[in-house]
Amino acid sequence: MTIVALSSGMGRAGVAVVRISGARASKALEEVVGFIPTPRVATQATVRDPKSGVAIDRGLVLWFPGPASYTGEDVAELQVHGGMAVVDGVLAALCGIDGIRLAEPGEFTRRAFLGGKLDLIQAEGIADLIDSETEGQRQQALAQVSGSLSGIYETWRQQLGEALAYLEAEIDFPDEELPIGLLPNVCKRVSTLLIDLECHLADDRRGERLRDGIFVVIVGSPNVGKSSLLNVLAKRDAAIVSSCSGTTRDVVEVRLNLGGWPVILADTAGLRDSWDEVESEGIRRALQRAETADLKIVMLEAAKCIDVAPQVRTILDENALVVINKIDIQPMVDVEMVEQLQTWPVSVVTGEGLDGFLAALENRIEEKMGYREAPVITRLRHRTAIEECVLCLERFISDIENIDVTNAHIELGAEDLRMAARALGRITGKVDVEDVLDVVFRDFCIGK
Amino acid sequence: MSELPENNPDKTYDVIVIGGGHAGCEAAAAAARMGAQTLLLTHKIATIGEMSCNPAIGGLGKGHLVREIDALDGVMGRVADAAGIQFRMLNRRKGPAVRGPRAQADRRLYREAMQTVLMEIHNLEIVESSVEDLEIGMTKGHPEVTAVKLSNGDQVKAGAVVLTTGTFLRGVIHVGDERIGAGRVGEPAALGLADTLERAGFRRGRLKTGTPPRLNGRTIDYSKLELQPGDDPPVPFSYLTKKIETPQIDCHITGTTEASHDLIRVNIERSPMYSGQIKGVGPRYCPSIEDKVIRFGERDSHQIFLEPEGLNDNTVYPNGISTSLPEDVQLQLLETIPGLEKAEMVRPGYAIEYDFVDPRELGPTLETDKIGRFFLAGQINGTTGYEEAAAQGLIAGVNAACRAFGQDSLIIDRSTGYIGVLIDDLITRGVDEPYRMFTSRAEYRLTLRADNADQRLTGTGIKNGFVGLERSQAFKSKMESLETSRQMVRSLSLTSSQARRNGITVNRDGARRTAFDLLGGYGLKIRDLTRIWPELGDMSPDVAEQIECDAHYRGYLARQEADIKAFRRDEALAIPIGFDFLSVDGLSNEQREKLEAVRPVTIGAAARVPGVTPAAINLILIHVRRAKVNAYGLPKTA
Repeated sequence: MTIVALSSGMGRAGVAVVRISGARASKALEEVVGFIPTPRVATQATVRDPKSGVAIDRGLVLWFPGPASYTGEDVAELQVHGGMAVVDGVLAALCGIDGIRLAEPGEFTRRAFLGGKLDLIQAEGIADLIDSETEGQRQQALAQVSGSLSGIYETWRQQLGEALAYLEAEIDFPDEELPIGLLPNVCKRVSTLLIDLECHLADDRRGERLRDGIFVVIVGSPNVGKSSLLNVLAKRDAAIVSSCSGTTRDVVEVRLNLGGWPVILADTAGLRDSWDEVESEGIRRALQRAETADLKIVMLEAAKCIDVAPQVRTILDENALVVINKIDIQPMVDVEMVEQLQTWPVSVVTGEGLDGFLAALENRIEEKMGYREAPVITRLRHRTAIEECVLCLERFISDIENIDVTNAHIELGAEDLRMAARALGRITGKVDVEDVLDVVFRDFCIGK
Repeated sequence: MSELPENNPDKTYDVIVIGGGHAGCEAAAAAARMGAQTLLLTHKIATIGEMSCNPAIGGLGKGHLVREIDALDGVMGRVADAAGIQFRMLNRRKGPAVRGPRAQADRRLYREAMQTVLMEIHNLEIVESSVEDLEIGMTKGHPEVTAVKLSNGDQVKAGAVVLTTGTFLRGVIHVGDERIGAGRVGEPAALGLADTLERAGFRRGRLKTGTPPRLNGRTIDYSKLELQPGDDPPVPFSYLTKKIETPQIDCHITGTTEASHDLIRVNIERSPMYSGQIKGVGPRYCPSIEDKVIRFGERDSHQIFLEPEGLNDNTVYPNGISTSLPEDVQLQLLETIPGLEKAEMVRPGYAIEYDFVDPRELGPTLETDKIGRFFLAGQINGTTGYEEAAAQGLIAGVNAACRAFGQDSLIIDRSTGYIGVLIDDLITRGVDEPYRMFTSRAEYRLTLRADNADQRLTGTGIKNGFVGLERSQAFKSKMESLETSRQMVRSLSLTSSQARRNGITVNRDGARRTAFDLLGGYGLKIRDLTRIWPELGDMSPDVAEQIECDAHYRGYLARQEADIKAFRRDEALAIPIGFDFLSVDGLSNEQREKLEAVRPVTIGAAARVPGVTPAAINLILIHVRRAKVNAYGLPKTA
């Protein structure tokens, strides 16, 4: 089936792009515009309903014959005026042609993947690129689409394949004159690879955090101004604010863009001893959220900042930023550090000190997930696979230590590497036995 | 041996096997064991069981195949045991999963033993005749073979036909710039059948393989050569062979020199491989000596194994210098090799090019998709090696009989045997060089061992009715004592302090350890434990070895078992016959074409077709489920 869809956004717009992909794309063009334009040259045309011959709109038509197209199939694009009636008319005209139907969500990318134009990692990158809301997310997704992540995984796959090939040569060709010292060579390769994988894993979940958003939580005693801070940061009234202590009973979340980074900011119930069942549950959730958050904004009140409540004290650690609020009410006492942590005196009401705090917060977020040179793990699926691969390689190292001069456990080492390759293959595609044999016959003179 | 009964030209056989090589012998014997009235047609009865390449059976992966053929009551293992003059267990010092039995065989003894075994099978007739064509009929709109046409014009009817013509299809021999159309040296190529296959539209390809010159052993100076002794005692291939009775000999090793390499470099243009005269693809693992010298120029020597062709045969097969250089260069080459300086060349080495049928045309029983009741086995399917040929022959022979009788077919999957790996690789991936078995091809290598082939396969053979009485009794009694012993090693146990008192260093954790635990983790053997538990001393050596293997690999075997379960789940998802891969939306054209060429019969097999992605498999799965809903309709393609 040939598929068709509106590829630009829904609703009124200057221009709308309708994309067609599949074997009948050329027929579709003949039917609705009456000709096939020169490939990859924008050409003006009138789009007509093929049944009635009535003109729907005048626009540009582009022709990308396969395989040099996004999906690898024949692809055509119609750029028409972005009115609802125009778009509906064009889609209806196209779907009226035999063998053409509306595309399902993501189907163009899926076809590009199936057609071998993208690998799975790149396809995931495209989905992320479309979903990206902030500059950091965009950069990461684009890097993934351009294949830099695939490149790294592919290199590992090759290295693992070569290490395996050297062991397999030792196993399958005992009568051949293989070079001496193959096993130490394999061990060296695997150890190096293991270090690379572990470094990749030890990214502090940078990439996933960038993709999903960094979790920042505001915690503190009741009525210190946590919800007000959230509202100021979110620039809207996301949380209900009142002067009654204990107003926030559950976790209130907003998604925001701080300095280009996606942030999920949560406001929580004030921490105190409470007999109220609902409030106690809110406090329990607040503490739980504080524990899992990437960063904590711990709010104190200027008047009470010497005497920090015990519940608050427990969550002060290196991921905490201490904000001392209400300096407009109580003149700032000279507090620079609370529990060895730097503090930011602010007034959420007047805005005093907020700029300095915001800059510091953005800095800390950037530290947590700043875009670095090396591409990072972006999905849990990848992390799980790499972790399993690491496990197998570690087992290899320990198995191989048991290999004495007689190679008594060499097939166990090979089994570890095979399993490692299979784990990595879940991200990159498999290490084929033919690839392994290619290396064996390329690197060694085998054959009697 | 017999003539075709002339007074009864309409005699019908259940199975006709064409070709008396390693595939043909095994196919004929297997069909006959199934109870089929079987006819073996061969050019020349005297060459049945001929080892046309090197005089050896087994090796890594190949030895596994021989054990599996034997476990299915095939003939190769027993014949090799009768003909073996030097046995070696390769990788003896590595783990049991990667040990491979191998033997040098006396070519005459092998041939004779094979012919004797076949002649003794009462429902197998062997006739000398060449086959010119097949008779094809239509059954339910699908072509099926009904008879074979002999060169004398006779037709012989058959319930199923197995074609095992090896390299005889348009075979061309190259010695230097000389070209001879032939199968083996001195034997004509089969041209009529090549036309038959072409007419039927089978996709074909061209491969090449080479042999070294043969030498007169009496002219070799062994005094300065390295000796390679065999194992003592020799370990037989067959589970039924108690002891090797044939006298055993030593082999020798020599190697090429810088002078050999210079000579080859100077004459390289005269090798048909390099002049472009040979178009076929040769195997990567069996390069000619020209290839080795050109590709691995840094090596100052390449090993040559001098393999005697028999106890009373002076011919020596110098394994390692297969070549198609002209005869005069081959003679000069010998002069540069230690020990061979004065060696007389009995026959020059040559390269042979031949046609093969794209094995993706076959199903898992080795029946062709294009012509029903027609099976292909052996080198014609793009494989190399006696063992690979014999394994296919056995499967084709059994299934040809099943087809003739209308019984369920026998399919061995990748998790059950190297035979399964071999056939699945052939039919899902096709070949682009002569296919040879390696242990690295088996993803369940630790499970598929040469030592447990009987446990993996003999039961299946018994159930399908093609395992003889002798083997099935031996198997049953072995399985019983194995089971008793397995229970014993898991029930005997001791505490950590008892273990330490017996000199076994274990952690002082107070935990009880079974005899099986001690075998697994502490490098102990059954005989080490008889001091603690004397009852273990009653165990027979082969049973003890089995249990030691299980203990050695147990952690890995448990993981592999989980993989095998997942594998079998996918194998159980059948793709209906006639499923139209071209109709699956969302597949790329390349994937459609590959799937259509292979026509996999299960989802698992489809996933192994190169270039088919997991996403594509999902699509196929959805379509298969949909097709099942519409199962009452006719399939779109036949």
